[in-house]
Amino acid sequence: MSSQSTRVKVTGRGIPLPGDDIDTDRIIPARYLREITFETLGRYAFQDERFDESGKPKPHPLNDPRYKGGSVLVVGRNFGCGSSREHAPQSLMRMGIAAFIGESFAEIFSGNCTALGLPAARVSHEDGRAIAGLVEADPAAVITVDLDAQSISVSGRRFAFTMPDADRRSLLTGEWDSTAVLLARRDAISAAAARIPYVHGWNA
Amino acid sequence: MREMSPAVTAGRSLLDKVWDLHKVGTLPSGQDQLFIGLHLIHEVTSPQAFQALADRGLKVLYPGRTFATVDHIVPTNDRRRPFADTQAEAMMQAIERNTKEHGIQFFGLGSPEQGIVHIIGPELGLTQPGMTIACGDSHTSTHGALGSLAFGIGTSQIRDILATQTLALTRPRVRRIEVSGTLASGVSSKDLIIRIIADLGVNGGIGFAYEYAGSAIHGLPMEARLTLCNMSIEAGARAGYVNPDETTFAYLKGKKFAPQGADFDKALVFWKGIASDPDARYDDVFRLDGASVEPMVAWGINPGQAVGVSGRLPRVADARPEEKETLRKAYEHTGFEENRPLKGLPVDVAFVGSCTNGRISDLREAARVVKGRKVSPRVTALAVPGSRSVARQAEAEGLAEIFRAAGFQWRDAGCSMCLAMNPDKLVERQVCASTSNRNFIGRQGSPRGRTLLMSPAMVAAAACAGEVVDVRQGAV
Repeated sequence: MSSQSTRVKVTGRGIPLPGDDIDTDRIIPARYLREITFETLGRYAFQDERFDESGKPKPHPLNDPRYKGGSVLVVGRNFGCGSSREHAPQSLMRMGIAAFIGESFAEIFSGNCTALGLPAARVSHEDGRAIAGLVEADPAAVITVDLDAQSISVSGRRFAFTMPDADRRSLLTGEWDSTAVLLARRDAISAAAARIPYVHGWNA
Repeated sequence: MREMSPAVTAGRSLLDKVWDLHKVGTLPSGQDQLFIGLHLIHEVTSPQAFQALADRGLKVLYPGRTFATVDHIVPTNDRRRPFADTQAEAMMQAIERNTKEHGIQFFGLGSPEQGIVHIIGPELGLTQPGMTIACGDSHTSTHGALGSLAFGIGTSQIRDILATQTLALTRPRVRRIEVSGTLASGVSSKDLIIRIIADLGVNGGIGFAYEYAGSAIHGLPMEARLTLCNMSIEAGARAGYVNPDETTFAYLKGKKFAPQGADFDKALVFWKGIASDPDARYDDVFRLDGASVEPMVAWGINPGQAVGVSGRLPRVADARPEEKETLRKAYEHTGFEENRPLKGLPVDVAFVGSCTNGRISDLREAARVVKGRKVSPRVTALAVPGSRSVARQAEAEGLAEIFRAAGFQWRDAGCSMCLAMNPDKLVERQVCASTSNRNFIGRQGSPRGRTLLMSPAMVAAAACAGEVVDVRQGAV
């Protein structure tokens, strides 16, 4: 995986996932966090919502053959609230999700998404419903999330979306993997450390 | 020029001052690069960050500014190694290896200072006013109680801090939550924060940091403030803080990692200067009368679905349009009846503990209620101290004995049944009266389990009654 590639357009089929305030415990239950790598997490996204305790599949958009292979998750309001676990977007990314469209996203979740190069596009309640409706009507329709134009197109319709400027710019420039960007300012970091009283010591 | 305190400019909030002091620069994205004064790590969200560091051939830039502990996966009844859970054992070995390799101070399983990361930070005096603090855990907002700016972060950001001691962040707006008067007897800061979340909504804080202020807040002891700030994230806020005051300074005095002697006096000048100016400007103000808060119970599937103990569960038909869908989902999951009184809801498990309410004052509150009483035969009750220090103190004060005599299991320090990553879990449809912070579906280890969030005193009362009761009434 290239760690510094730009994200200008993301295209793929949609998966409507209704519901507001879907928390990261629901996205990835804590018992699947007992691994020291993210590699296997794709298997467990929404595990308890997709399968009952005997492992039998339950009705869920991610089990629905119509949406198989979809990569744009269309969600509701305050998606990803709760725990800061990056395991949540990691598990969705590793199961094939490349972008999110929703009414709003919890802040830590959307920050984690940007750090992984996954756009989280915000649309109005009405547009969110409309996009989900278009996907339900035609699961084969390809959604395009265009970060440059800040628009979403699907089935011949276009919708505007918003996203914090910093996230959009990071994705467009390919600087969403922040470590290199931050580390480039070593001197400025040292200078900051030198002026913070509790860092340089109370007698300095 | 080095200065002991930042220049005083009228009209700045604590957030403004701490932000500007720690700002390294502005990034091409438009975000600010912020120096992080204290980085706390635990076993669950850090191993992948160390691996990423190794993959890039990077070192930890300021190893002295990161401190580590273990809490999430630690068994609370049998801590012998290797753990029965091989995944938990591997996780434990990873943090032992990573901290050793990078020279990071580690309060491990054998340390007398081990405990939940948000308990031990303040307890050891690592958390101080005016600091920027980050940890790969959303409840990092806890540390704001001492007047620091504390952020929960993801693993990619842990990697950023290890490699650069900085984060790329967007400056939040500040909402002042002004609570006037005082809290009534029998009402705790847990009830207050649940009330605030219920009033403003679980997503009401998106884009904000919450500054808790007013007489009811500054009248709270430090541990109650920690509980308050702990759940800022449940309100959707990026951080929450209380301006430092005499209570804060008295709390820090003599703490292991707090400045000592003459340094303490110098630190005081800095700490006093970092508080919000009286004429600070806020992006929003929310006012609440402290006396209007009653004991609260979050009964649904998020902490905002909460009602006062004398109330009834809401009718979906009466809910605001944007709340209906989640409310319907809550009834679908809990199986509770709409409009039923909260009191009398049967309880199967009682859990006292977590980074929200696992401190000594919380255990004292719960012990006061259970003293001389018995846990209902239908209830399994756990008291889990938030740290080894809290455990020692509780044992020395006789609290552990009070819990045991009442029928509680007295456990060792860890996150335990707050998120059930260790063996402490609900089974099947159990209902748990819990002092923790989240009633999310499946949170306590059973996909079908149910959680009622409340204060330590309310959980203790529910444990004895076998159902939800008002701790202010009856034999308590």
